[in-house]
Amino acid sequence: MVKLTINGKEVQVPKDTTVLVAARSAGITIPTLCYHPRLKPNGGCRLCVVEVKNIPRLVSSCTTPVSEGMEVQTETARLKEVRATIMKLLLSDHPVECINCRATDDCALHELTMFLEVHENEFTGERRKYDTRDGNPFIERNMEKCILCGRCVSVCEEVQGVGAIDFAYRGFKSKVCPPFEKDLDCEFCGQCVQVCPTGALLGKMWDRGLRLGQEKKAVDTVCTYCGTGCNITLNVQGQNITKVTASERHWNEGWLCVKGRFGYSFVTSPERLTEPLIRKGKELVEVSWEEALDYTAERLKATKEKHGEDTIAGLASARCTNEENYLFQKFMRGAVGTNNVDHCARL
Amino acid sequence: MASLATIFGSGAMTNSIRGIKHMEVIFIIGSNTKESHPVIANQMIKAHSKGAKIIIADPRKVPLVRFADQHLRLKPGTDVALINAMAHVIVKEGLHNSEFMEDRTQGFEAWKSSLDEFTPEFAEKLTGVPAADIAQAARAYAGSSKAGIFYTMGITQHTHGVDNVSCLANLALLTGNIGREYTGINPLRGQNNVQGACDVGGLPNVYPGYQKVGDPNMRRKFETAWDCVLSEKPGLTATEMMEKASGGRIKSMYILGENPVLSDPNMKHTIDALKNLDFLVVQDIFMTETAALADVVLPATSFAEKFGTFTNTERRVQLVRRALTPPGHAKPDLTIIQEMSGRMGLPMDYASAEDVFNEIASVWPAIEGINYKRLEKKGLQWPCPTRDHPGTEYLFKDGFPVGKAAFTAVEFKPPAEITDDEYPFILTTGRNLFQYHTGSMTRRVPEIEAVAGKAYIEIHEMDAKKLGLKDGDTVNVASRRGNIDIRAMITDRVNPGVVFVPMHYAEAAANMLTNNALDPVCKTPELKVCAVRIVT
Amino acid sequence: MSAKSIEIMVCMGTGGIAAGGDLVMDAFYSQLKAAGLEANVQKGCSAHKVGCRGLCAKDVLVDVIVDDNKATYEYIKEDMVERLIEEHIKGGKPVEEWLVKEDYHNFHDKQVKVVLADCGNIDPESIDAYIGVEGYKAQEKVFKNLAPTETIEIIKESGLRGRGGAGFPTGFKWELCFKNESDQKYIICNADEGDPGAFMDRSVIEGNPHSVIEGMAIGAFSFGASIGYVYIRAEYPLAVERLYLALDQARQKNFLGKNILGTGFDFDIKVKLGAGAFVCGEETALIASIEGERGMPRAKPPFPVNSGLWGKPTVINNVETLANIPAIIRNGAEWFASYGTEKSKGTKVFALTGKVKNSGLIEIPMGTTLRTIIFDIGGGIENDKKFKAVQTGGPSGGCITEDMLDLNVDFESLAKVGSIVGSGGMIVLDEDNCMVDVAKYFLQFTQSESCGKCVPCRIGTKRLLEILEKITIGEGTAEDLVRLEKLAKDVQSASLCGLGMTAPNPVLSTLKYFRDEYEAHLEGRCPAKACRQLLTYTIDAEACTGCGACKRACPTGAITGEKKKPHALDQELCVKCGACFDTCKFNSVGRE
Repeated sequence: MVKLTINGKEVQVPKDTTVLVAARSAGITIPTLCYHPRLKPNGGCRLCVVEVKNIPRLVSSCTTPVSEGMEVQTETARLKEVRATIMKLLLSDHPVECINCRATDDCALHELTMFLEVHENEFTGERRKYDTRDGNPFIERNMEKCILCGRCVSVCEEVQGVGAIDFAYRGFKSKVCPPFEKDLDCEFCGQCVQVCPTGALLGKMWDRGLRLGQEKKAVDTVCTYCGTGCNITLNVQGQNITKVTASERHWNEGWLCVKGRFGYSFVTSPERLTEPLIRKGKELVEVSWEEALDYTAERLKATKEKHGEDTIAGLASARCTNEENYLFQKFMRGAVGTNNVDHCARL
Repeated sequence: MASLATIFGSGAMTNSIRGIKHMEVIFIIGSNTKESHPVIANQMIKAHSKGAKIIIADPRKVPLVRFADQHLRLKPGTDVALINAMAHVIVKEGLHNSEFMEDRTQGFEAWKSSLDEFTPEFAEKLTGVPAADIAQAARAYAGSSKAGIFYTMGITQHTHGVDNVSCLANLALLTGNIGREYTGINPLRGQNNVQGACDVGGLPNVYPGYQKVGDPNMRRKFETAWDCVLSEKPGLTATEMMEKASGGRIKSMYILGENPVLSDPNMKHTIDALKNLDFLVVQDIFMTETAALADVVLPATSFAEKFGTFTNTERRVQLVRRALTPPGHAKPDLTIIQEMSGRMGLPMDYASAEDVFNEIASVWPAIEGINYKRLEKKGLQWPCPTRDHPGTEYLFKDGFPVGKAAFTAVEFKPPAEITDDEYPFILTTGRNLFQYHTGSMTRRVPEIEAVAGKAYIEIHEMDAKKLGLKDGDTVNVASRRGNIDIRAMITDRVNPGVVFVPMHYAEAAANMLTNNALDPVCKTPELKVCAVRIVT
Repeated sequence: MSAKSIEIMVCMGTGGIAAGGDLVMDAFYSQLKAAGLEANVQKGCSAHKVGCRGLCAKDVLVDVIVDDNKATYEYIKEDMVERLIEEHIKGGKPVEEWLVKEDYHNFHDKQVKVVLADCGNIDPESIDAYIGVEGYKAQEKVFKNLAPTETIEIIKESGLRGRGGAGFPTGFKWELCFKNESDQKYIICNADEGDPGAFMDRSVIEGNPHSVIEGMAIGAFSFGASIGYVYIRAEYPLAVERLYLALDQARQKNFLGKNILGTGFDFDIKVKLGAGAFVCGEETALIASIEGERGMPRAKPPFPVNSGLWGKPTVINNVETLANIPAIIRNGAEWFASYGTEKSKGTKVFALTGKVKNSGLIEIPMGTTLRTIIFDIGGGIENDKKFKAVQTGGPSGGCITEDMLDLNVDFESLAKVGSIVGSGGMIVLDEDNCMVDVAKYFLQFTQSESCGKCVPCRIGTKRLLEILEKITIGEGTAEDLVRLEKLAKDVQSASLCGLGMTAPNPVLSTLKYFRDEYEAHLEGRCPAKACRQLLTYTIDAEACTGCGACKRACPTGAITGEKKKPHALDQELCVKCGACFDTCKFNSVGRE
């Protein structure tokens, strides 16, 4: 363990802890923008700079490891000034048309502007202009809103192992893009979208069918695709899924794949079955639930009486819940009277 | 699963996903993890970045190969030879874990001799993997006490799938890489709740909690619990059902949220079997290829419209929460089943999914400690026998349920269908990253269709050259069971002589071609190997 | 023909070659041969290339040494070789009018050459030539007779500090690395010289590559690195070529490779070419670049000496630093420390450029005054204009004014006045240089070379530049000056790496010493008449001869007038390009 003081408060943390993590563990807030707890620290945004006794320059707390006896100040007037300058610089190169941005309610830049109380900006000047054209169907890339925090680049490389994007160009013209500025062509896991602190990266299918006056809610549930069982959050408004997100708190750390993150629109597909159907002649025709259930029970009973219960078989579902499968096998075993129940475990 | 259950007394992923990043050696065989289980692959990549060795045995150059120290590119269906040869090297070089074997295994001496013929050189002839590579992999796996094995259908969907799993179990027993953190034998389950469906008795031979149908005590237990009379005869597996339906000995079927027309081997055979039924009822959310054949179609609910639990591949029971109301007159499956059961003479009256769960917990001791209230906070991994039990990160810490686990001697058997002059290519099947299983969900997602909407057959450049094929040409692929027209994708992902078709596409269904030959023990079909010819 | 030995040395650095050195060399080869001199001279006759000797402005420089009598010629072209051979070599009479003049000697006399001692003296493509001047003696001594700690102690005692900019004590850095336990350590030679106008490192590698290799081997042996890298700009093709050649030669003689000199120590050097990013001279960006990543700096700590290349302890030394090492080992720490000032020992190489008569590469003892450098070595200001300032340290440095000319050049003194030694750029400015414009020039450079990673550097330097641009076109306000200073200070303290931290230096030092020039711009005047947008051009009707030259030069047709009659300039159309001013032979175009 290493002992240090932060703002005069004694803090004890394991060695190799960064000053930022140590401060947070002591309940001290240091603003950050490029920092992400699941990614290697980058140190680029400089918002988390702190003063350390005997180090003449300011150091980024997200990259600086603690050392014994270190004396850290996180809230001096100088730091406040520098942080304000950094925010102003960022905002001077950001389209601050938040009313037209789909990420306004989920934007770290916005939040920090409020937190650091940056209300006026004396630094104005050229702003980067890019068109948002990217032909991929999943991810909207609005590079004018990009603050080059590098989280997307890191997550793509460190977590996903893909490296589909990186920094290109230099100076003010620096930008994050796929090789040769082509359209994004990757696994579309959307990890980059998940970690983007602004509206630079968004799901293209998000917010489809927004309606006025319907309640918004976020429901934690489990992805319905493969057996990994990633925790996801369905953001819904009324009867629409507006987007799927994933929380870092859960075991999957917020990471998803293309299906889990972007493949949700089947739920509200117009092709969903909405009425019970019975085959009459060649056609399947809509009937009432009563009729469908009565008819099914009748036919199953008839089979059972005529040919015996073991001529009936049921397939449970690897797609359904435990409760549904349990009831289904109970139904097959108890009501139909056969153990002919299986599902596609082998397929 | 059958094999794991026989050897250890329980069949499931022994270890946890979160532990993967701490492993030192990750041996992946027959799993395209990066595409089929992308988030698990993320953990493997993390392990790799911390220095773990990744060894991949796969006929195809699957994407995770980029992170692999070794890619053992074996011929489809030769897994037994490869794994036995690894065991051979471990034993011959004395790399086995004698202490562990002494304590927790049996039958080593008898089994040892079965390895004699499996020299790496012999395996090289069968698998096409250089002997030195096999030995190197064996040494790496045996050289670490944090080595995990991962597999999926590439191991099980063979006529000798059980044999394959037994061989893997032998490796773990030989090195002691089981029953501890960051080790284990880890089948990655392909579907959101395939683990749960098995757990709660969606299998013909066991009641919920793997309690055997053939055991009279168990039968009595469930008769009491459910207040009904139960059949003592174990049921049919899904593949057997189709077989019997086709022979007229199954008359009616009730299919809940599955699409066997696309997922089962030999599609023509499946369709014929289902058409041959007197009565078919399908309960689903879409008009699937299977539902289209039904006499009754019942509109059910998607995961977003119901409460319940899913159990993931690491035995983690997690809460599914309702976010939307079902569309139109679609009803929750729980309601439908209860209604049906009442009409069939077994009244059910559950107020909620939670009620049902509590009943499951009352008949299956391994989850007795789990309830919705606990799950509200986070998922729990079974076994979790008591309310204060934290769940089980890895199995067999204190020994195997069977006591001492036995080594299983396994002979090499070729696949049921091998190539010949008429059908010169080996076809193997699987998934791609974007589509999911039979596509009933993903194919209705326009974004996914935009990038992965077209079926394709992966074929090696050399073969393409021989056939005079260009990338994107349409070819006719035929097996003894059927044929499809499909676009050719020229790639080095497959070796010469091997072709790959993803299973998702109804219009060019891989399962038109596949072989419905089954594993004699667990009845899994041999979807991973069959013989085809390609006509341009 | 009585000469016993003839030696011709042709400057063949990049500057020499650009001036035609290779042609001169060829001419000597063929004509000496044709004259049959080689066979007839008793001790031998040789013509060989040598590296840069500093005064590139006078290239091609050629030394003709007949029986140990050396004569140096300047501005030699290949068609002059014949006469040199005839008159000097055969005739024994040097060609007086081609010999170097007094300024050549003045340029060299006040220099002390340690690093450059053999540049321009030996054939850089011959390891034997290097060995002939005691080369690799130091390495042998270190490998065979000294314990690693002894070597490090010598370097520490010598007081050698990093020549790449920051001036970190080299021996101390080596000691830190020595103390770090690791299965793998690296030494990197930073030859990514990116300052505009700087060519110290290039000249050393072109002129004496073995001295750098020997320095690296000594370092590697003393702190236990088995792999070295030279990170060098791809824009230095000649240096790269000579480096590769030298590495091969060193391997052949077992100064590199396995079991070096029978000591059991293995060490080899790889060459990594940089792609021209200025920021890659920053050590963490350089490491990222070697690792195959985009050259972007990483925050320090951890310092490379603890976690550097591939996370292993890594020492990064500049070319000049390493080239000092063999001399220190050969001559001892005391010898080295006898040069320089209390805290800045030894010599330093500078690239003296700008408005100075003798521009070129110089090496002086630390502590030499700026006045000596500029007026003695440099020969004073070009065209005898008035000295205004000297900018040191390149884009990261600052400006120093006339009243500080007697300042001793060393790390501390320059830092004290807001500039830096840096890698050794020294640009002399005269009365025609506008200091706002100078600041703008450097900021343009740093802005376009910013890697884009950190906000203060990426956006901050852009905003600084925009304010400067505004000032130079006469649209600046008093608030802009306040804003400029404040932002410059914030960028300085908040930036991630040295590039951003020092980028505002040219602004801050010009603001400090030349605030009046800034203020003049606010009033619409550029005292140096360099900011064109602030100038007004007029034609003096009295003096105008009506020759029409300005009319033809004007790109916008702003000048009208009949032949032989005074012309007129339409201010509405004038774009202030200055073409008329430059064209007029009669001083009748006025500029204000």
